Amino acid sequence: MTDSALVRPEHFFSDRFNVTPSLMETVLGGALKGRVDDADIYLEYRINEELVLEEGSVKKASRHVSQGAGVRAQAGTRTGYAHTDDISLKNLEEAARQARAIADRATATTALATQGAGRPHDLYTLEEPPILTDLARKLELLRKVDAAARAADPRIKQVIASVASEEVVTLIATVTGWTVGDVRPLTRLNVTTIAEENGKREIGTYGGGGRVPFDFFLADERWKRFATESARQATLKLTAVDAPAGTMTVVLGPGWPGILLHEAIGHGLEGDFNRKGVSAFAGRIGQQVASELVTVVDDGTIPNRRGSLNVDDEGTPTGRTVLIENGVLRGYLQDKLNSRLMGMAPTGNGRRESYAHPPLPRMTNTFMLAGQDDPADVLKSVKHGLYAVAFGGGQVDITSGKFVFSASEAYLIEDGRIGAPVKGATLIGNGPDALTRVSMVGGDLKLDEGIGTCGKDGQSVPVGVGLPTIRIDAMTVGGTAV
Amino acid sequence: MSADLLVSVLKRAVARGATAADGFLIEEKHFSGMVRLGQVDTVSHADDRRLSLRVFVGQASAAASTSDLSRDSLEHVVDEATALARITAPDQFAGLPDPGALIEGLPDLDLSDPGGHDLSPEEKLALAQRAEAAALAEHAEITNSEGAEFFDRQARYAYATSHGFAREYATSSFGITASPVASRNGDMQRDSWYSTARKRARLEDPETIGRTAARRAVRRLGGRKVKTTEVPVVFDPENAASLLRALAGAASGPSLYRRASFLLDRLGTRVAAPSVTLIDDGTLPGALGSRPFDGEGLATRRTALVQDGVLQSYLLDTYSARKLGMTSTHHAVRDGSGVSVSTTNLMLQPGTASPRELIASVKNGFYVTELIGFGVNGVTGDYSRGAAGLWIENGELAYPVEEVTVAGNLLAMFAAVEGIGNDLVLRDRTVSPTLLIGRMVVAGN
Repeated sequence: MTDSALVRPEHFFSDRFNVTPSLMETVLGGALKGRVDDADIYLEYRINEELVLEEGSVKKASRHVSQGAGVRAQAGTRTGYAHTDDISLKNLEEAARQARAIADRATATTALATQGAGRPHDLYTLEEPPILTDLARKLELLRKVDAAARAADPRIKQVIASVASEEVVTLIATVTGWTVGDVRPLTRLNVTTIAEENGKREIGTYGGGGRVPFDFFLADERWKRFATESARQATLKLTAVDAPAGTMTVVLGPGWPGILLHEAIGHGLEGDFNRKGVSAFAGRIGQQVASELVTVVDDGTIPNRRGSLNVDDEGTPTGRTVLIENGVLRGYLQDKLNSRLMGMAPTGNGRRESYAHPPLPRMTNTFMLAGQDDPADVLKSVKHGLYAVAFGGGQVDITSGKFVFSASEAYLIEDGRIGAPVKGATLIGNGPDALTRVSMVGGDLKLDEGIGTCGKDGQSVPVGVGLPTIRIDAMTVGGTAV
Repeated sequence: MSADLLVSVLKRAVARGATAADGFLIEEKHFSGMVRLGQVDTVSHADDRRLSLRVFVGQASAAASTSDLSRDSLEHVVDEATALARITAPDQFAGLPDPGALIEGLPDLDLSDPGGHDLSPEEKLALAQRAEAAALAEHAEITNSEGAEFFDRQARYAYATSHGFAREYATSSFGITASPVASRNGDMQRDSWYSTARKRARLEDPETIGRTAARRAVRRLGGRKVKTTEVPVVFDPENAASLLRALAGAASGPSLYRRASFLLDRLGTRVAAPSVTLIDDGTLPGALGSRPFDGEGLATRRTALVQDGVLQSYLLDTYSARKLGMTSTHHAVRDGSGVSVSTTNLMLQPGTASPRELIASVKNGFYVTELIGFGVNGVTGDYSRGAAGLWIENGELAYPVEEVTVAGNLLAMFAAVEGIGNDLVLRDRTVSPTLLIGRMVVAGN
């Protein structure tokens, strides 16, 4: 693959597979038009590359290519989906036949889906996509990361650093004659460190990236900050005390702790769960679900962010959707199917892991807008509580609304001051009321470094989160110190 | 035929300068049919292939894979992998297994059910419909559904090395899942139940799956938080199995040589109560986790990971074994970036008490039926996860509990195993009987 071929998806797929937009239209028109509510073909070509350093040298390198086509037909609430990893006219027609078989058994109920509206954004055109950057430069960076992490503290005994790069070329054709392509670069530098002292071991992990060129890691010595942050986390935890157990005031630091929003409300506001009435937020638009200090948006249009997209995986340009405005629930995240069935507009949130998966309503970059408080005052206001600044993963039970997210760096707060670091602990809450207890919101909104991956129905997609420093008056902390 | 394709790819790698290479090819056909509230919701058909290749140039190596099996693409992948292997650092432990260690024959583990796939999409969907209908009919408080699904999958696995070894085998799998939603006075709870098997005839009948799912959802209604406390915790079999997976993760070679495991340097020492015996057995005929050979062509076997509370074995592939000065335990699997390790059929050996007797032995405690989140630290064993279930009062299940966490440390938890149920059923790859752990912290109000 050459860089010039990457620029135009239409040319890319016609040159490589002899599949042109007009051929895709023929498949859609011949097999599906007039018999379904909506149908589309999604073509994808993807290259992944990963270099892994451990024990001071890069001994693992891998490169993966995948390609395929997904054909979807919808009638009423029914979806037929078929995919093939052999992109050819014959296979597209066969997939269309399989997809239609399901939709055929239903009666098409509503008018055809509206034509894709609006132009795609241009959020991440790169002069040199990270997948094309010289391997030698990536190796060099990993060696520097290794040295920096080890130099940060003599107790660092292991460094595992990796650079992953990806390039995805897509072309989407819908039954209404709308064809749109996208070229999506993505890269991530990750640094895991193991610290050891007196037989105790701890792990630190830090990293970042986005739809950015390789030089992103070199700017402002970002790579060095990732390495030293990882080492700092690992060594800090060597001295951590048991986390408290019970309900207390929690202060979340800015940035990645925004995973709170992703779990507490984001998933619960995805269109599919609400159309089916299985979300704890179903039917609550217009109701107060958070304190008046809280405004939360999902924005897929921020340039170069990991969660951003020019168009979603159904060809709808991404947008900025207000989910909660001053505490009031305002909107859902929609794909085409669920917006059609709910009589709402698509929001550009129809996403899929790959051609092998049908789209679902998913988040992009989800964050809380900045408030008025000085972050220092937020901490000072707490007599006894927990200050959590870094998190691992989280999960939510959509129906009961219960969600968790696990702190990987947290401290006790005593009399308004940051106290001893505590061991990792899971925080648990109830989505529809956790944010009603937000009593202070800092002016320091920060987006995360570009590390998030979200899983739903077995499909993983890159996402972003963001948060200013906030105070939550009561949240259950799952430590072991009773 | 799959193996032939692999062999030709490996020959090309050698022609391009590789000193050794191995490859794995997976071809699969997958059908999934989902119904919701009696109507067909989503049907998907898939036809996938993936060839993964590992190339050695001396002691340096690289991995590559592709879903495009055209001749051009395969040649390109071989060339790229060989080029990548030239830029990686040599590693004295890298290499293929000793050819003499590779599997000799090919045991028939009865992993395939060709006739089982001979159902029309309508007949497959009807099985899901029956499961959902049974869930909806089971209880008046089942008011909604996230749907029910039937899937089946036919796969063919081939493994070959540049030394001329080539073997392949086929598998089938089938599954039915139901996810009903119960509600009462605005409280809404979802739960699910499933059955999965290598033979379609061995699936639980759809009505049993639906009814079990419904009962699990209804019993969660009206859940409350409890006061923060330290009590005995009983894990139901599904959730006890997740503790076994966490232990196996810490016993895996890559975690160990990276010194990122709480089981480091603990081989031959006590890591659990004497009642704990944990077996991994990849040779069980017809079982979901069985395979004739691992991702490096080594015959699978029965391994005692923990015997009477003592850690007896790690889970190793060839590379991690050599790094640790040991030999492979034949647990290699191929993944996106090369080779890693995984268990086969992992089973905690049952005890004699019935689940009811274990619960009856607890005066005040927590019966866990649901865990969420990722709060397990494999380096330290520190454990903290969200939980839901039923509170135990005077040996009886008293009321549902939600929005709490259970926390401890895995080593301390396994040391504190006070009871193991007699209810082991090999219904998935990792299975456990009901498990009673003497003390854990439950955080709530």
